[in-house]
Amino acid sequence: MIKMMISCDEANHVCDKTQYKEGTLLEKIKLNIHLIYCRACRKYTKNNALLTKTIKKADVVCLDKTCKEVMKKDFNKALKKAFN
Amino acid sequence: MPKHQIDPNKWIELYSDYLFNYTISRVSDRDKSQDLVQDTFLAGLKSMKNFKGQASERTWLISILKRKIIDHYRKINSKKGKAEVRINYKDSESEGDWLEERVADPFDKTAEDNLQNSELGDAIHNCLEKLPKKQADVFKMKTILGYETEVICNELNITASNLWVIIHRARTAMAGCLKENWF
Repeated sequence: MIKMMISCDEANHVCDKTQYKEGTLLEKIKLNIHLIYCRACRKYTKNNALLTKTIKKADVVCLDKTCKEVMKKDFNKALKKAFN
Repeated sequence: MPKHQIDPNKWIELYSDYLFNYTISRVSDRDKSQDLVQDTFLAGLKSMKNFKGQASERTWLISILKRKIIDHYRKINSKKGKAEVRINYKDSESEGDWLEERVADPFDKTAEDNLQNSELGDAIHNCLEKLPKKQADVFKMKTILGYETEVICNELNITASNLWVIIHRARTAMAGCLKENWF
């Protein structure tokens, strides 16, 4: 028999994973069973989903690491020039 | 009032994401935005002695960036030459004022939506800046850049469970911060 009851820590972990679509079906079922009786985790799950939605909506962007490295290289050259 | 210090060594680490996000919501071209941000840093370096310390470094850099963005639009406008389109409802052929033509299009909500989105982007970056550096890095890589868990773990040399703990803390902090400043 599989253990269907999970602790709050586990539930939050699964919730985080599902925000990135990395939770398995069984994990999601366990999470939903947990949410039936746990008010705190219901709140956390709700806020977490809202955060995901907001960030998706905002379309925020970041520079990835290679871009930043290139930038830094160029900038450091100029920096050296400025101080010499 | 304590004077703000200037330290160009940390600029890219601290402000490049914020400036980039600011630019891309106004220029909407990735490469061009990156160039503009880079130009801003270089221009800032050149005019460092003009920094009076009245505003924070970031505000100061943003004010340079704004100039750069305006210059960018000027440039592409002059490239177009004189092919400027002027809409004028008051020519001799259509006499009288047509009220219908002056009413704002109720279905054209995109301008406002864009504005709100760029403000939301600023709010998100402000919250990200309040996180500890490691949390912010992991959160950005995972949520905004969409990297795989494994890639991040290898990059930062942490275990998967370690990553999820960091993500959990970052998400809790972000949700709280946005709740205060946005919702």
